Amino acid sequence: MPSPSEVLDEAAVRRALARMAREIVERAGGADDVMLMGIRRRGDHLAALLKREIDQAENADVPLGVLDITLYRDDLGTVGTIPEVGETQIPSQGIEGRIVVLVDDVLYTGRTIRAALGELLDWGRPGRILLCVLVERDGRELPIQADVVGASIQAGPRERIEVRVPALDDRLGVDRIVVDGGSE
Amino acid sequence: MTSTVSSLGKDLVGLEGLTAEQIRSILDTAEPFKEISERRIKKVPVLRGKTIVNLFFEPSTRTRVSFEFAEKRLSADTVNISSSGSSVVKGETLVDTARNLEAMNIDMVVMRHGSSGSARFLAERIPSNVINAGDGRHEHPTQALLDLLTIRDHRGEIAGQKVCIVGDVLHSRVARSNIYGLVKLGAEVAVCGPRTLLPRGIEEMGVRVFDRVEAAIEWSDVLNILRLQLERMEGGYVPSLREYNHIWGVSSQRLAAVDRELLILHPGPMNRGVEIDSDVADGPHSVILQQVTNGVAVRMAVLYLLAGGTPDSAEAAKGGKEA
Repeated sequence: MPSPSEVLDEAAVRRALARMAREIVERAGGADDVMLMGIRRRGDHLAALLKREIDQAENADVPLGVLDITLYRDDLGTVGTIPEVGETQIPSQGIEGRIVVLVDDVLYTGRTIRAALGELLDWGRPGRILLCVLVERDGRELPIQADVVGASIQAGPRERIEVRVPALDDRLGVDRIVVDGGSE
Repeated sequence: MTSTVSSLGKDLVGLEGLTAEQIRSILDTAEPFKEISERRIKKVPVLRGKTIVNLFFEPSTRTRVSFEFAEKRLSADTVNISSSGSSVVKGETLVDTARNLEAMNIDMVVMRHGSSGSARFLAERIPSNVINAGDGRHEHPTQALLDLLTIRDHRGEIAGQKVCIVGDVLHSRVARSNIYGLVKLGAEVAVCGPRTLLPRGIEEMGVRVFDRVEAAIEWSDVLNILRLQLERMEGGYVPSLREYNHIWGVSSQRLAAVDRELLILHPGPMNRGVEIDSDVADGPHSVILQQVTNGVAVRMAVLYLLAGGTPDSAEAAKGGKEA
């Protein structure tokens, strides 16, 4: 695999997260009804970082959950590999009537978000759902767009944008990787 | 970016043919499935559009219902066929029954059958995924998997655990599947029961034999107590149920002789007062009902892994070859 080039460093990601946190609170009219739901396996780590920002700024304790969308994917048995199933964790307050902020690392085809919406609605009826992503890029296959965006990055079909988080990758940042041949 | 797990291939016929890694990946996959059964809406769409036939040539309540819950909670469409009331009693062969089902475009067959080897026989002849829900005295892989999951839940690791299977090992597919799985995952395995109910040469499967249940309890961390089929008495394998209970029954007095806490498993249905006393079955170390709960999660994991398995293996079976 060719060496990745960093398109956002840690400082840039932290600034973006701080601004995204403010935007979330602004759109929700405060932090009271906000619930953050990170999409495994990078979005949940970003959601935890956003929670810290919002909690500090608003003196709040925003509920934080994790969505594992594996069982809601539309490609089981077609990709040749079997994705590992993880656990979904819904905060004990439940999502009923809440302003649920879906947090993911990269918005690309939109299929992950389609799956996440399906799963979330099986858990109840949120008052509102906002989509918050660190990076958005071209390549949507479904009519889905983000409400809160950290950065828009131009990337071709043979490029991958990958977010690094400290818990999994020992650093915070965003990489661009050029893939030869087929996409993931 | 997504982590993947290792495939099981087209079928689950038994644990004998699986690697330790494949067994571990089933157990790991079962973990998140436990939580789905605790949701308010106990359903995820992963097997939507798949048709599964539960083909039961032998009576079963627990296993069939457990499979059915697993299938329904994954959104599959299911049909149950039992031997009474099917064309099997009219003399149709197994392959003809299966081919007729295939002609209606099914995706998976879960089969229980009285003949050892019937699951493999079917798996080699139809392109659908086949899951063995018990074939004769051969294997009952999902029961062993749920036993392994239950032991792992309580002990953290299977490796190093001393597990003794008590009772009618000779006629037991549960025992065989358990021995394969436990040995592969690094447990120490023993069997204990009347010599008439232990297969000759069982030591070659890598297990030790105890001739007294007291000695087995002294040695074990986990007891898996098998059901004594009542018809065994008529077959002359044991003199009487009372005598069996007297010599081989697991009672709280016998357990009290050791100061360790043994985990008590039983695949059900229990004969209280025969192989297990009521105070043990309902006692603090019994995990018998947790086995039932884990059974649904393990079967969901197996269904998920087979459905996601490589399309090539299904293609290979269409040619009548083994995948």
